[in-house]
Amino acid sequence: MDIHEYQAKELLAGFGVRVPKGGVAYSADQAVYRAAEIGGNRWVVKAQIHSGARGKAGGIKICSSDVDVRQAAKDLLGKTLVTFQTGPEGLPVHRLLIEEALPIERELYIGLVLDRRRERIVVVAHPHGGMEIEEIAQREPAAILREVVEPAVGMQAFQARELAFGLGLAPAQVNQVVTIILGAYRAFRELDATMVEINPLVVTRDGQVLALDVKMSFDDNAMFRRPNVAELRDYAQEDPREGEAAEHGLNYVALDGDIGCIINGAGLAMATMDMIKHAGGEPANFLDIGGGASPERVARAFRLVLSDRNVKAILVNVFAGINRCDWVAQGVVQAVRDVQVPVPIVVRLAGTNVQEGRRILKESGLPIVSADTLSEAAERVVAARAAGRAP
Amino acid sequence: MSILLDEKTPVIIQGFTGDKGTFHAKEMIAYGTNVVGGVTPGKGGATHLGRPVFNTTKEAVAATGATASLILVPAPFCADAIMEAADAGIQLVVTITDGVPAQDMMTVKRYLWRYSKERRTRLIGPNCAGVISAGKAMMGIMPGHIYERGGVGVVTRSGTLGYEAASQMKALGVGITTSVGIGGDPINGSSFVDMLALFEQDPETDVVMMIGEIGGPQEADAAMFVREHMTKPVVGYVAGLTAPKGRRMGHAGAIISAFGDTAAEKAEIMRSAGLIVAPSPAELGATASQALAHRPARRVMVQR
Repeated sequence: MDIHEYQAKELLAGFGVRVPKGGVAYSADQAVYRAAEIGGNRWVVKAQIHSGARGKAGGIKICSSDVDVRQAAKDLLGKTLVTFQTGPEGLPVHRLLIEEALPIERELYIGLVLDRRRERIVVVAHPHGGMEIEEIAQREPAAILREVVEPAVGMQAFQARELAFGLGLAPAQVNQVVTIILGAYRAFRELDATMVEINPLVVTRDGQVLALDVKMSFDDNAMFRRPNVAELRDYAQEDPREGEAAEHGLNYVALDGDIGCIINGAGLAMATMDMIKHAGGEPANFLDIGGGASPERVARAFRLVLSDRNVKAILVNVFAGINRCDWVAQGVVQAVRDVQVPVPIVVRLAGTNVQEGRRILKESGLPIVSADTLSEAAERVVAARAAGRAP
Repeated sequence: MSILLDEKTPVIIQGFTGDKGTFHAKEMIAYGTNVVGGVTPGKGGATHLGRPVFNTTKEAVAATGATASLILVPAPFCADAIMEAADAGIQLVVTITDGVPAQDMMTVKRYLWRYSKERRTRLIGPNCAGVISAGKAMMGIMPGHIYERGGVGVVTRSGTLGYEAASQMKALGVGITTSVGIGGDPINGSSFVDMLALFEQDPETDVVMMIGEIGGPQEADAAMFVREHMTKPVVGYVAGLTAPKGRRMGHAGAIISAFGDTAAEKAEIMRSAGLIVAPSPAELGATASQALAHRPARRVMVQR
């Protein structure tokens, strides 16, 4: 789960990480109010979307009067920002962060990630902030500083000090950076984050160190014990179909193709999509319906897949282990009758009671194409898509 | 032989008396697994499915001599259950539960390392279908009847894709020694490498099949291990050619976030390390069958 920059800054501030003075605004009036509240004569108006690279997309504006702030807020609110991370459809701007503009001397990079190979939290630092870490890793891999944290004892001050001195900071700033790194680590642990990125961390001309931009991601599996983080979820930043699917225990990811997929198991779902591609088609979605393929669940899956207007054919592939194919077949038949599916359907069942399942599909009288194997299923759905509407 | 588990292995179930525990315990017993009891805190002293229930895993081990435990407790209690099993001296823990927080797994892995190598618990999972030694015993939730006994060792992240492989093989008359689901989470108990090393040592396993996914370094690590340490042919496949970057494909670990995470990159690494990569997921069985037919005549040489 991702959250907005202003939310991440509020969370980190609670762990002693210094952030610029600022506040969230949902309207141009609020933006002007925030600017007055902050004081000074230069502000930054930042579009809040779940994506980086907002600056290049025109989502960050520097203002030096309340008229400017109002205009910037009006320009940004309601707009859809397209960055190289959002994909061509972009993300809608409904919230702004208004902040004091700081005189910046230096920009640094600090990131904390859960490293899958080491199975530990790794703190990464780089003397040049602003860039994406992937870009840094490719261009200047040798300049990346790393500290691996021993989970039994947590991050130690000396590790943070080594990073701070490694960044070439003056002694006056080292202590500030140590506080920030240790605070970010505690936030990572205590809030079940999977990523905390302070990019850039800035040193101002008067020697203060602050987190100028912050990104945080969290472990969905741990949100049951982090209600204060879970409530920060902004559904407007997510595909509405994915949100709806998640509420019903389905796992849906929208893709660009036109063959809808309804499959049990994430691995089998990915493999089936691979087969569709192999057969010359393009999957419209990833959808894992999980273990219990009840008629209600299958019906919901059909509705979800059909809510994508691009879908021209549907492939159902269920490997019944604990389920039985006859139950799954009954579920499919009932769902197809209830939902009124307007595109051709190919169903492949395998596993327990498969003959019985195929018989039920055949005797239903519905225009369902049956397939015995994975390759047959993929070939038939690609052919059905090409042939067009169901007979 | 087989790896990890056979019909003699004494198995307990943590979360024995719950709905899931009861259902899967019955299936496991019917398959031939030596289930000797179970653990449900607060229900110690009871009898369930004709087997004793204990309050703690330590008591269960002391009374039954169990060496393996299947964990079917809800995700918030899972890390605790794994560490309890490790502390009780269980050698093999298989965790089916999905949705375990990643930082819990970080703690669990660190906890397991506190024991010396001889005493250390081997953890399989979480978020996996379990382990089955075909025709002998199973610890997990798979449909036992799709596994034919034979010479292929299978290690897979995905449960249902493992079923797909097993049934393709069965249709071609190809059997399995043991099939291990290592799970789809970013931090899991055992890696592909851990299982490849066991299959390499198992005299009944002639060919190994590893079925990977997008995301994470374990498939590439396994490919390097195959090149350096394996004498047996290894068939590989990586699911997720169509997966876009940055989108999680169902499993918590199935996300392309770094270089080398994509299916195409992993398959290429496998190929260059000498694995036989299945051209498509529909040809897992056929590729294993060909690998069996063309394997080096290792056994014949041993007999001479």
